[in-house]
Amino acid sequence: MEWIQQLVNGISLGSIYALIALGYTMVYGIIKLINFAHGDVFMVGSFVGFYSIVGLGLDFFTALVLAMIFCAIFGVLIERIAYKRLRNATRIAALITAIGVSLLIENGFIFTWGPQPKAFPDIIANGSFEILGAKISIKSILILSISITLMVILQFIVHKTKIGKAMRAVSHDNEAARLMGINVDNTISATFAIGSALAGAAGVIFGLYYTKIDPLMGIIPGIKAFVAAVLGGIGIIPGAMVGGLVLGVIETFVNASGFSLWRDAAAFVILILILIFRPNGIFGKNTREKV
Amino acid sequence: MLSVKDIDVYYGNIHALKGLSLEVNEGEIVTLIGANGAGKSTLLKTLSGLLKPKAGTIHYLNSSIVGKPAQTIVKAGISHVPEGRRVFANMTVEENLELGAYTRKDKKGIAEDLAKIYETFPRLLERRKQLSGTLSGGEQQMLAMGRAIMSKPKLLLLDEPSMGLAPLMVQTIFQVIDDINKQGTTILLVEQNANMALSVANRAYVIETGRVILSGTAKELQASEEIKMAYLGGHV
Ligand SMILES: Nc1ncnc2c1ncn2[C@@H]1O[C@H](COP(=O)(O)OP(=O)(O)O)[C@@H](O)[C@H]1O
Ligand SMILES: [Mg+2]
Repeated sequence: MEWIQQLVNGISLGSIYALIALGYTMVYGIIKLINFAHGDVFMVGSFVGFYSIVGLGLDFFTALVLAMIFCAIFGVLIERIAYKRLRNATRIAALITAIGVSLLIENGFIFTWGPQPKAFPDIIANGSFEILGAKISIKSILILSISITLMVILQFIVHKTKIGKAMRAVSHDNEAARLMGINVDNTISATFAIGSALAGAAGVIFGLYYTKIDPLMGIIPGIKAFVAAVLGGIGIIPGAMVGGLVLGVIETFVNASGFSLWRDAAAFVILILILIFRPNGIFGKNTREKV
Repeated sequence: MLSVKDIDVYYGNIHALKGLSLEVNEGEIVTLIGANGAGKSTLLKTLSGLLKPKAGTIHYLNSSIVGKPAQTIVKAGISHVPEGRRVFANMTVEENLELGAYTRKDKKGIAEDLAKIYETFPRLLERRKQLSGTLSGGEQQMLAMGRAIMSKPKLLLLDEPSMGLAPLMVQTIFQVIDDINKQGTTILLVEQNANMALSVANRAYVIETGRVILSGTAKELQASEEIKMAYLGGHV
């Protein structure tokens, strides 16, 4: 029952992509910006988790929460310092700024703390159990449970709370939202905070799963999560979740079928295929007017 | 209640309002008529804080609201139903109405006002769990007005509420406008349907290329030959 095992691995990996993809899609939904620095927030989250456990001796869950809080603040700072003044600028100017912020974080990090990879502490039991002849690791289940819990909380925030409703209103029609008395600046900041917190959580569980973290670790997962967001339909929250899971599973099966060298290429092949055949993604409406 | 003096509003180089002045007294329905592109929507957007005038003053209940952010103006009691309704199509009817009460904290009062709006617009009650994007134009207009009333405005700004609606629906909407006014809300009504607007209004301003060219009571304007020619489709 090798394939069940691979499916579980794929879903765990995919749930990490999904957590990152949510931040891309939420920020895109609200200010139409592809935040290329998002993968770096994920990296920072991983390092905050690492130092919380190794440096401060905290347990895994406290480290996870700390990384989320740190990244939430970090994400809001990025938005307030770099992006806010570009609200009315051209899209390309904002995009170039995002790439600049990404390079600044990566190189600033290397400059300050050095380029060496770190070994993420192995603080969760390495056990596994068997279901239907498939060996499922406790780590995969833990990763999956954390991701699902966070996504449920996110759904609750977006649909049931006042700030969530404000976020949806602003992303649909910024001007009409202002007429409701919604503070658009604060709503955008809240979106960055939530998206970045999810990326931070993804960073910590990624460290737990792959055990090696480094300052450039955010680039590839960042790009893949972006593909996942486009796959699901950029700007659509359930789309990011499904896109992440689909991508993780496809990638794992490509890997397991003996094409491990093609693993990273899978995401790009998918991206090209979506852009050709379904540019609005799985959940996107087929409207052509929105550019 | 509202006093606008000599405001100049620009979109980049386009000078949209040129030294425009007008007054709205408590309890009135004042209508603003004028051709497409005259600057009617621009004026409402300036009053609700979406645009900032380059010059001039706006006083509301004796305090200046020039340059204040939109959320402050909503809290102060001015609510704006924009041209084209602009309902949140991705949200349900009830969520739209709740967003109208975004600046309010009094849960009980909000629930009461919601019930009142459903009473005024029974159609919205039938469709409360439906996505507002699926409503007809008339229902969206009701929703946009209901949403604005949820903020408990003292002054309601309506931008072309009858646009694109069937005659029967236009009647309904104007009936509601009259009712809202009778319950104590002052109304500034922008309309291209000048006949209808003058029939409910107390006073009117006619604007052309960013300036007030004529003003008076609704009766005076209805009787004016000039207005009949230009806006009421009348023959001399
Ligand atoms: N967003 C905008 N950018 C540039 N010009 C605008 C914009 N909105 C309106 N205008 C211009 O301002 C003038 C007044 O427009 P508007 O207030 O919408 O007129 P009305 O509501 O009376 O039809 C018009 O000349 C219009 O072309
Ligand atoms: Mg207009």
